Amino acid sequence: MKRTTLKFLGLLLVLAMVAAACSSDSDDTTTTAAGGTDETTTTAAAATDSKVEVFSWWTGGGEAAGLDAMIVVFNAAYPNIEFVNSAVAGGAGTNARAVLASRLQANDPPDSWQGHAGQELIGTYVAADQIEPLNFLYEEMGWLEVMPETLIPLISKDGNIYSVPVNIHRSNVLWANPTVLSDAGIDMPTTLDEFYTAMDALKEGGMEAPLAMGEQWTTLHLFETIMLASMGPAGWEGLWDGSVAWDSAEVTAGLEDFAKILTYTNADAAALAWQDAGQLVLDGSSAFNIMGDWQEGFFREVGSEPQTGYTWAAVPGTDGNFQFLSDSFVLAKSAPDRDAAIAWLTVAGSLEGQDAFNPVKGSIPARSDGDRSLYGEYLLSAMDDWASDTVVGSLTHGVVANDSWKSEIDTAVGLFLLDYDVAALQEGLVAAAEASG
Amino acid sequence: MTASVVAETEILASAKSPKRKRFRMENWWGVIWVLPSLLAVMLFVYGFIIWTARVSVSAWKGLTPDYTYVGAENFVNLASDRRFHIDITNTIIFTIVFVLGCLLIGLGLALLLDKGIRAEGFYRSLFLFPMAISFIVTGVVWRWLMNPAQGDRLSGLNLLFHNLGLDFLINRWYATPTWGIAAVAIAAVWQMSGYTMALYLAGLRAVPEALREAARVDGASEFQVYRRVVMPLLWPVTLSAVIILGHSSLKVFDLIIAMVGKQVALDVPAIYMWTTTFDGFFFGRGAAIGMVLLVSVAVLVIPYLWYSLRQDSEG
Repeated sequence: MKRTTLKFLGLLLVLAMVAAACSSDSDDTTTTAAGGTDETTTTAAAATDSKVEVFSWWTGGGEAAGLDAMIVVFNAAYPNIEFVNSAVAGGAGTNARAVLASRLQANDPPDSWQGHAGQELIGTYVAADQIEPLNFLYEEMGWLEVMPETLIPLISKDGNIYSVPVNIHRSNVLWANPTVLSDAGIDMPTTLDEFYTAMDALKEGGMEAPLAMGEQWTTLHLFETIMLASMGPAGWEGLWDGSVAWDSAEVTAGLEDFAKILTYTNADAAALAWQDAGQLVLDGSSAFNIMGDWQEGFFREVGSEPQTGYTWAAVPGTDGNFQFLSDSFVLAKSAPDRDAAIAWLTVAGSLEGQDAFNPVKGSIPARSDGDRSLYGEYLLSAMDDWASDTVVGSLTHGVVANDSWKSEIDTAVGLFLLDYDVAALQEGLVAAAEASG
Repeated sequence: MTASVVAETEILASAKSPKRKRFRMENWWGVIWVLPSLLAVMLFVYGFIIWTARVSVSAWKGLTPDYTYVGAENFVNLASDRRFHIDITNTIIFTIVFVLGCLLIGLGLALLLDKGIRAEGFYRSLFLFPMAISFIVTGVVWRWLMNPAQGDRLSGLNLLFHNLGLDFLINRWYATPTWGIAAVAIAAVWQMSGYTMALYLAGLRAVPEALREAARVDGASEFQVYRRVVMPLLWPVTLSAVIILGHSSLKVFDLIIAMVGKQVALDVPAIYMWTTTFDGFFFGRGAAIGMVLLVSVAVLVIPYLWYSLRQDSEG
């Protein structure tokens, strides 16, 4: 019997060693691949760049398909440049950004990488002197004329534009189930007060949670839209440029609205992804969901139809404001293939590139001259609003605050979900702004 | 592997003096063979421990390394960090439920199997199999099983309870305030209690039958045989199990990420370390959490290593 135990332990050991060998194998491959890359660079740089390495977290679904469509446009325009797609999987790019951070620290940058336009890029990569201003490209390509004027300051620092936005998403969208609303005799709410009244009525009618919510980051998403609704665009933007103090009464009022909204949400939010929360609306278990407009992509994917299966409006109290986020591409300061990287950015900002990417990804082009025949009913309404609304930035998706600040706010909001103590939340937000603002 | 090492040690021990020279030569070869991994361990384990210790007393925040010395500031801040307090509470609850659960269930299963059940091998494998699954898979499966939805959206275990008429058992599992982490620990118990059983089973088989016989001859009841003879001899196994389970529960990360994602309510130090470092770029703070984890694991493991090394040299 003792022998069996020994044998068993031996087997465990062998398994452990195999596992270790596997992981070190993959490390080896990475190193050799990186080494090979360097060689190609030095030999090819003399002539023209023969490849461009583009780093992103678009590995699945509409995102990957959209990137593929853009690569087709790129290959047609630059047949001599090989497109190296270095995408790293992982929700909302958390894994990819960890990989990118270690590559940048090792002085091994990709030529161009994806990042949320705004402070997420600027606070991290401009502060670390890793990316180049792109004003020359904007002027050369005439992009300043085709992108909204209010967008440019949000993606710039000290007059320098640092990235090329390929798509625009809207975060302040209220999704609703039209059947549930008409059965209850409720119109789409346009102010926070109407929103409360509508949800009170639904609760009285026996609906447990009129507002569907998902895991913690979707709470942060809800937070940004309710704060915008409560404070207005000037108040919201003021929080980030320092003109509105975090300990002001305005913020307290906003936080109280946020606390009140949370009382209408589902008890199992922590267990749900944003898609699950959307599904609750389609099923009629909940009437509303506040989520970015990628939710529409999910609705279409599961076969639901606009206006019959789902309907939408700006989050109550935010009509006329377009709270945006955008995926954009940058130019690495020490890009190994600088010319090829600029070629890639030219395609990313072009009408062709954006009209190839966005209909597939389910977003609208950052340019206002997109081909309207390519987009569905929701996206057309978003394109109209994009052209006419006041553009304000999203917090959850990296426009208004840098990563450090955002992660501290996320912690404060996470703690708030444990005790619903508005004063403690405000203290946490003040501390976050002092430490990282 | 282990068997051959043991055999070799025995040969070495019984070697006579004329043969010693040859073995010394072999020892040199041994050193040479071990050298590469030794160097790698020195660099990648101990080298990086030292580097992390250095970062933990620095002001590094953001992508650019910043080694400005700030003393114990990062640690002092952690001491008043509400999120870190939750991490500590969660780790304590998780560790108690996980270690006690594994020990009790593992011991129970081992005692039952030890009674000479038919098809013992089958049951042994059955209980061990969860261990072959990664924590990620366990997490995904138990995330569904412990779905906390209520009302007409019941699913998983709650739905099972409902269908069996056991509605009083329906609960919110990992969405329970404060104690949610205990639900995650239950999934970990499911995975590791079979392993604990294997440890105990090996310990039980090492108890000489003669001792039990002697106790029975002296008129001890079966319960007394276990209580007075077998259990005391299992103490070393219990100690090993507590060390192995305890240190893995301090480091738990993958199971929680897979089961409940990143949320402050179910946060633990390892997750805080990762998010604050790579999402928020607070490298100094992340390194400080890493050092706290290292010390807490060391407090558990070093006395055990010291104890077993001393035993080895005495034996």
